[in-house]
Amino acid sequence: MAIRAKPLSPFLHYRWQYSNTLSILNRLTGIALSVGLVLFIYWLVAIASGAEAYEAALPVFAHPLTRFLLIAWTFSFFYHLLNGIRHLAWDMGYGFDKKIARATGWACFIGALLFTALYWGVLASQLGGAA
Amino acid sequence: MSLRSPLGRVLGLGAAKEGAGHWWAQRVSSVALIFLTLWFLFALAALGDFSYPAVVTWMGSPLNAVLLTLLIITTVYHTQLGLQVVVEDYVAGPGPKILTMLAINFILVLLAGLGVFSVLRVAFGAVA
Repeated sequence: MAIRAKPLSPFLHYRWQYSNTLSILNRLTGIALSVGLVLFIYWLVAIASGAEAYEAALPVFAHPLTRFLLIAWTFSFFYHLLNGIRHLAWDMGYGFDKKIARATGWACFIGALLFTALYWGVLASQLGGAA
Repeated sequence: MSLRSPLGRVLGLGAAKEGAGHWWAQRVSSVALIFLTLWFLFALAALGDFSYPAVVTWMGSPLNAVLLTLLIITTVYHTQLGLQVVVEDYVAGPGPKILTMLAINFILVLLAGLGVFSVLRVAFGAVA
């Protein structure tokens, strides 16, 4: 008896394109931000635990790995924000034209990179390289 | 002739058991988060050197404390809605699905509790 080929899920046979990478990136950045939420709450708890606890927590935030993660989370935030606004526009029926959809996709990605660089530039000037 | 009850027809939900509530809640929380997160980023950038007195003074202002509380609650809510969809899409089988979702929800509620309590503790002046 011949075994018929089972139907495949769309993502298994569609050609990979940057547009679907950008789409998946929205979900990935959302998951990344969910993890980043833990550090945000840790910061708040450290503040509420008094001056000593806060001072003890500062090296955690100054650690190079944490700094790298914070920058990655900042990018994740800006991408998720911009692409989220793109989704809200789609929900209202705007921006479905292929050219526009591709342009706004790139705009979200490049915009997120720019905003991340800008924000950390401002933060670095505030911290004055001290922390 | 349909066997559906008149009430079932009016509700119009069918086998999905729920309507667009989840989808709508995600949009509403996302719009709220546009404002709350941008406020938070500007506030952070204005905090300067992140010294303890500066942070406590900032968090002690009623407006900042309320906005921070709303930020925490809305973020956790939006995160719950988003992660639920991810779990529904990628975790196979009802058992693992429910357990993963339970674990995520417990952690998120714990984070929300810790965050809100911390902000209120500082705002009510219990920290010096």
